Amino acid sequence: MARLVRSWILLLILQSFLVSIAFGSKEVEEFSEALLLKPLPDRKVLAHFHFENRAPPSNSHGRHHHLFPKAISQLVQKFRVKEMELSFTQGRWNHEHWGGFDPLSSMNAKPVGVELWAVFDVPLSQVDTSWKNLTHALSGLFCASINFLESSTSYAAPTWGFGTNSDKLRYGSLPREAVCTENLTPWLKLLPCRDKDGISALMNRPSVYRGFYHSQRLHLSTVESGQEGLGSGIVLEQTLTVVLQPDTTSVERNTQPSWSLNSLFGRKVVGRCVLAKSSNVYLQLEGLSGHELKNVDSEIEAHKLWKNADFELSLKPDRVLREISSFLFIFDIEKSSDSEPFDLGLTWKRPSKWLCQLAPLHASRFLMGSGNERGAIAILLKETESQEKLNLTNGRCTIKVNIFQIFPWYVKVYYHTLQIFVDQQKKTDSEVLKKINVSPSTDKVSSGMMEMMLELPCEVKSAAISIEYDKGFLHIDEYPPDANQGFDIPSALISFPDHHASLDFKEELGNSPLLSKFKEKSSVRSYTEVLLVPLTTPDFSMPYNVITITCTIFALYFGSLLNVIRRRIGEEERFLKSQGKKKGGLKQLLSRFIAKIRGRPIEESSSSSELQSSVLSSKLIFKIILVAGAAAAWQYFSTDK
Amino acid sequence: MGFVIKPNINSSSFHLSGRSFFIRRRQKKKKKKTRRGEMAEDQKKKSCRFWIWALSSVVFRLILISFPGNLNLSSRPEVSTPLTSIRRLAEGYWLKQASMSPYAGSMYHGSPLLLSVLGPLTVQRIKGQPSHLLCSLVFVIADILSAMLLRGIGKKLQMAYGLNARLLGLLKSSRDKGILPCGDIAALVYLWNPFTIVSCVGLSTSPIENLAVILALFGAVTRRVPLAAFGLVIATHLSLYPATLTIPIVIILGYGLDAPPIKLFLQTRSVENEESSTPTVSKQPKLKQTTRLPFLWKTVAHFLFWVLLWSLCVLVLCAFSLNKYGGLDEMFKRTYGFILSIEDLSPNIGVFWYFFAEVFDFFRNFFLIVFHVNILFMLLPLAIRLKHRPCFLAFIYLAISSILKSYPSVGDSSLYLSLWALFVNELVDMKFSFFLFCGYLGISLLSPVMHNLWIWRGTGNANFYFGNAIGYACFQIVFVVESVSAMLNHDRALKRCINTNHGEVKN
Repeated sequence: MARLVRSWILLLILQSFLVSIAFGSKEVEEFSEALLLKPLPDRKVLAHFHFENRAPPSNSHGRHHHLFPKAISQLVQKFRVKEMELSFTQGRWNHEHWGGFDPLSSMNAKPVGVELWAVFDVPLSQVDTSWKNLTHALSGLFCASINFLESSTSYAAPTWGFGTNSDKLRYGSLPREAVCTENLTPWLKLLPCRDKDGISALMNRPSVYRGFYHSQRLHLSTVESGQEGLGSGIVLEQTLTVVLQPDTTSVERNTQPSWSLNSLFGRKVVGRCVLAKSSNVYLQLEGLSGHELKNVDSEIEAHKLWKNADFELSLKPDRVLREISSFLFIFDIEKSSDSEPFDLGLTWKRPSKWLCQLAPLHASRFLMGSGNERGAIAILLKETESQEKLNLTNGRCTIKVNIFQIFPWYVKVYYHTLQIFVDQQKKTDSEVLKKINVSPSTDKVSSGMMEMMLELPCEVKSAAISIEYDKGFLHIDEYPPDANQGFDIPSALISFPDHHASLDFKEELGNSPLLSKFKEKSSVRSYTEVLLVPLTTPDFSMPYNVITITCTIFALYFGSLLNVIRRRIGEEERFLKSQGKKKGGLKQLLSRFIAKIRGRPIEESSSSSELQSSVLSSKLIFKIILVAGAAAAWQYFSTDK
Repeated sequence: MGFVIKPNINSSSFHLSGRSFFIRRRQKKKKKKTRRGEMAEDQKKKSCRFWIWALSSVVFRLILISFPGNLNLSSRPEVSTPLTSIRRLAEGYWLKQASMSPYAGSMYHGSPLLLSVLGPLTVQRIKGQPSHLLCSLVFVIADILSAMLLRGIGKKLQMAYGLNARLLGLLKSSRDKGILPCGDIAALVYLWNPFTIVSCVGLSTSPIENLAVILALFGAVTRRVPLAAFGLVIATHLSLYPATLTIPIVIILGYGLDAPPIKLFLQTRSVENEESSTPTVSKQPKLKQTTRLPFLWKTVAHFLFWVLLWSLCVLVLCAFSLNKYGGLDEMFKRTYGFILSIEDLSPNIGVFWYFFAEVFDFFRNFFLIVFHVNILFMLLPLAIRLKHRPCFLAFIYLAISSILKSYPSVGDSSLYLSLWALFVNELVDMKFSFFLFCGYLGISLLSPVMHNLWIWRGTGNANFYFGNAIGYACFQIVFVVESVSAMLNHDRALKRCINTNHGEVKN
């Protein structure tokens, strides 16, 4: 009995200890999930999954996590990552139709393939080592070939062109990385509910990968606690942005297609992830006709809004938020259950058209020139019907444009050939080029990087930048297996530092991480296309032939020249022979000896053959001794080691 | 630094002519005028003709450079290598202007001094004129200077040749017309060689490198020791390979100009002494009966001192201009290191680029050593065999290094081809000259075609162009070998000729 009591007491102590650990810290780990749905003008639907996981600052030793993925926190601690973003993208963001001036596009429109950037909290000399280790760790974590970013030819250290001003920033991208479900699965594993429950249960692989654009992103940043002894907290933000085409059952071509969650993903939300603090679904509708935007004041109006002449929602929103040009319907999925799954649907009744907000300038990039020797890269900025481009400096209306571009070393850029055309007129550098920072590439050692800031007048129609390059020639081993496909030049990043994209809500937001993210001011940025550069290939089957032929040439050179130098003809030879005749003794003996060995009678007459043989023999013996000596020395030294 | 009189074996001039070697050769040549009165006039005419041709070549160049885009020659792999390309130089200058090291990145691999001279010219433009006009003019001037210096060298060599021939008793008078004006020929060969024109118009820096080399030779031949040292140091600084010219220049300064082997002189003198008939013997200075020439240690020491001085100057200037960008270390790594390690695998007319693009990484260092040592291996045997002909030795060294260079261009060939023309008198009997001419012609026509097929059209592959490069290397090798063999045969023929002459005399 006493034993039982004692064990009870022990258990109680243990329990209280555990509880104290779990709730001892002021803050607890928080997880929230959200899904934003947004019909796009070109009859597509954007779905943006957003998961945020916060680990509060705590003692760095003996940390225990409830919700936060251990792998990530270990990563942060080991490599002292201050901020990091990793994105896997397939497809290209359509800036003209899907928007270029809202936070969603400037944060989630990513270049094709893998993009990784990280800021480290280590001394400057160790940044590269940390980067290399980080790429390897991420490579294992996400089943991707991120480890190719390890080599110094594939990453760069932007100073200001990338937006984050830090000398401990490293940036790299792999345009050719194929993104597939094998990358999504480890990404989902970081979520507390994985894809078993909550919003993430919608991620049906076939429907997600069927889309036009697919970008999964992982952004983590450390939050300094400010307190002594406490480590830093980590905020892990995971987003998945997909652009899907709803199955159009409606016959009318003008109306937007109607959709529901079930028709988009083939699944319904059956309940929230119980570990999530908040789980909401948002529906953003842009460009509702103007008269409806006025005098929206109360619940009644909100009620009117979700069922009107233009469209109809299948569920009543819990809240409606207003923004300058759009409405945001908020749904809480707490009430959904197995019996009553959450299946939001949108039915359009009337044809409606709207335009999304565009970036001040639309950027595209292309290659010029033909042939495999040289070419030029051009970046073309064209005006868009953007509303917000006014930005007065010194009485002049200007648009500032930052261009950040990485060149692989085999694209040997001549920076002195940089030309800028504004409205088809050539401009000198001083007119439009505010700042430029160049780090040229070194062959097989480092990639080149170009950051430049242009200041263009607002009324600009088009601006073009062109820069010439030579194509490098690679060693046979440096070509990938599909060498003739060509090589990719990573996307250039065009950002507008003076233009900030944010959703400006009039109402109180509550504590929704997604919305607060949208409310933050972020500069407008867009990535250009990936360029495919075909490089000349050598004949891959030739190494042996080339080696033998070239060595033959050398033998020809050496042999024939030496032959000419030491050739003696006519009287010279006779003279030498007459000299040789005088020498007797040993040579005579040797010649006899050799003659005996050869089984021929000794030619006593001073014929040339005998002389030759005697000379030959002495030379022969000398050569044999030389070779034997060399062999012995070789043997001696090689065995010594 | 004074002019040390050439230690000519001033043995007497002999009255031996008859069916001499030279007369035989003279008959091969053009028609000759015999009367002496016409001689001076003829000479004048000849020099006049030379100037007309030289001027017309300059005009031709000026016409070519006035075409826009320098006829796209500057991007031809045959013309501009990574070391000599003006585009890379402009890039280096741009980087330097942007307060970066000109060697940042792997664009520029040339000398920092050349950069500070030519760099500003790549930026400055005259309105209404092609962009690279100023640079082109510099190259044209360099070409003219080289041609004039070549002419000077040729005149000296021609004089020495005539003198030696007379000493050996193979020529009667100093105004014999069997001797070709090799200086004029060499200068015109240099000026009118399509390779030179192409590399001048194509804005490669090789005209300047060639000028430095020719300056070194000119200094040595005219016994201007500081000039020779200056040329050698600058040439070495610009392209490393002319460092091999130290040996011929030292021999020129130590032993004197090209001459037939000393044995022949001794032989003729002994015959002469036996005869001891002519009064010319009295003119001859006393000579020890020796088989060796006196080596002028003093001049050579002088030369070496100047070499040290000039290289110190160059290094200080380079260090000064690269002060902020890593200094001399960086320079040596990016220039000489780049030459020796063959990092750039872009195609050129040499054979190394393809070899090192294909060879297994494991063997790379081995082959690098083997190929570079190949140049060094032949230096000594050639120096021993041709020590009596140092100028010819210099030509052979230049030819060899232009074959085995890591980044060869046609500019290098133009240099050795014009030097070859300095020895027209000796090399008249060279074999395969027509074959070689056709070979060079064929290669220079085929090379652009193969390059176009491979790079631009994509219908050929790398082997096409490499095959062409191999052919070029073979022709150059045959050319070098045949030149050496012709020169040695010439010496043999001289000997034979003297022997027969002596035989006649004795009889």
